[in-house]
Amino acid sequence: MRSFLKLLVLAAIVGAGIGLWVTAPNRVDAARFDGLTGDAARGETVFTAAGCASCHHAKGSEDKLLLTGGMEFVSDFGTFYAPNISPHPEAGIGGWSFEDFANAVTRGVSPEGQHYYPAFPYTAYTKMQDQDLSDLWAYMQTLDPSDVASKPHDVGFPFNIRRSVGGWKFLFMSDDYVIEAADNERGRYLVETLAHCAECHTPRNPLGALDKARWMGGAPNPSGSGTIPALTPDKLDWSAADVAYYLESGFTPSFDAVGGHMAEVVENFAALPAEDREAVAAYIKALPPLDE
Amino acid sequence: MKTPFAALALLAVLGTPALAQDLPQPVKARQGQFNIMALNLGVLGGMARGTVEYDAEAAQAAADSLVAVSSLSQGAMWPDGTDDGSIAGTRAKADIWGNMDDFTSKWADFGEAATAMAAAAGTGRDALGPNMGALGNACKACHDTYRAPE
Ligand code: HEC
Ligand code: HEC
Ligand code: HEC
Repeated sequence: MRSFLKLLVLAAIVGAGIGLWVTAPNRVDAARFDGLTGDAARGETVFTAAGCASCHHAKGSEDKLLLTGGMEFVSDFGTFYAPNISPHPEAGIGGWSFEDFANAVTRGVSPEGQHYYPAFPYTAYTKMQDQDLSDLWAYMQTLDPSDVASKPHDVGFPFNIRRSVGGWKFLFMSDDYVIEAADNERGRYLVETLAHCAECHTPRNPLGALDKARWMGGAPNPSGSGTIPALTPDKLDWSAADVAYYLESGFTPSFDAVGGHMAEVVENFAALPAEDREAVAAYIKALPPLDE
Repeated sequence: MKTPFAALALLAVLGTPALAQDLPQPVKARQGQFNIMALNLGVLGGMARGTVEYDAEAAQAAADSLVAVSSLSQGAMWPDGTDDGSIAGTRAKADIWGNMDDFTSKWADFGEAATAMAAAAGTGRDALGPNMGALGNACKACHDTYRAPE
């Protein structure tokens, strides 16, 4: 056990030394956004589909649009807390530029150039379309500010070195899609980018990255007991209409009712247009089976 | 006077082999009541979705059964030591026992939604959708906090 720990520390030091070029933050090219104007009304749809409030609203608060942060994420590496992303100038991100925001959401890089931990699902948002990003930013300016300070994370060495996340990103972050779009671009965009379904429904390798060979194959529940169900056709025999109805009403085909973190996903999707739920359902039905 | 029906149905569910594991009786009883709820929601939901033809009498009977279940006393079904950390075969989270007031009030919310459904279910198919929504929210609100995934 001790020698294993030493190895880890060594790896972190070597990584920090040799791998500087690999671990340096990769920022967006701001020129990309020239000429874009954000539409707050469209941004609300992006915000809802992406589930930003599910993580960033205050735990236990009924006001899901006050983005105080505080929700905790227990992982093998320690506990992470979602920060305040309300438009408050000090406690939140009110002082940020659009470019800062784009770097955070699509690259996982802070305004100071530090890496965010992937508990923030930027590995999915990295594929977000520029117009959506701009609309999202416009919408978030319309929300109420909260002056509650963000809570510091509780993670141990060497994972508290944000630099080591750079190596992780180099190995695991990609803006390639996993499944062929066929004729369902919207469904794939919703599932793989905005709603980041795989973050929960796909198992992870020992370094915490999604195991793409077992895409949507079900996973242990990160916050304690039980498992998150598989959505592949070898396990889930629901029709497309059943999946769409579940996303709208929270009822399974046998009229059990949704629970756990999925309840928030359903709450979000219930507020989206029916076509979006149908597009997601079509994507789920087109998943390849996993052969064990 | 639908309570005797609910009690009978409960007994019937409890008697099925699928549930005849070595679970404590209160756990079997509460899981049984949830299955009766799901069964009756299925009747209403099928009509709301249009996969089953609307039938005022069947809709009313299903809604009345939900109200009947909501009126069953919960006290005996949730004894200490029957959370998912203490025994296998339950998805009830220990948080229930630390927040019994909130849990009870979420159960009461379900009762209200069921009563509203019973007032409307016999009046036509269009009344089912919104009441299914309210019932779904009541189920979801409790499962979100107090039921662990399988
Ligand atoms: C699964 C939970 C989750 C979701 C969903 C999520 N975030 Fe976060 N977010 C986090 C966590 C955890 C952090 C902290 C990361 C860190 O400190 O390394 C974070 C950090 C951030 C930050 C950096 C704030 C700061 O003060 O540096 C921004 C901005 C942000 N999120 C915006 C968003 C937006 C916009 C969305 C929706 C498109 C979103 N988040 C969705 C969990 C989430
Ligand atoms: C934050 C984690 C999380 C995310 C994100 C998430 N899910 Fe889930 N999902 C769950 C959990 C947990 C369950 C089990 C729900 C329960 O216990 O009632 C579930 C259940 C389901 C089920 C029911 C499967 C069954 O066999 O009962 C479907 C279908 C589903 N999710 C689809 C999706 C889709 C589609 C998305 C993206 C739009 C998604 N999920 C995103 C956590 C998540
Ligand atoms: C006040 C809280 C609460 C409400 C309201 C509630 N449930 Fe549940 N439900 C639970 C808990 C807790 C369990 C887990 C019980 C166990 O495993 O011991 C459960 C379990 C279930 C089960 C699985 C039973 C089994 O066989 O193990 C079904 C089906 C179900 N609920 C359906 C519903 C439906 C449908 C509604 C709404 C009409 C609903 N529930 C409302 C708390 C609630």
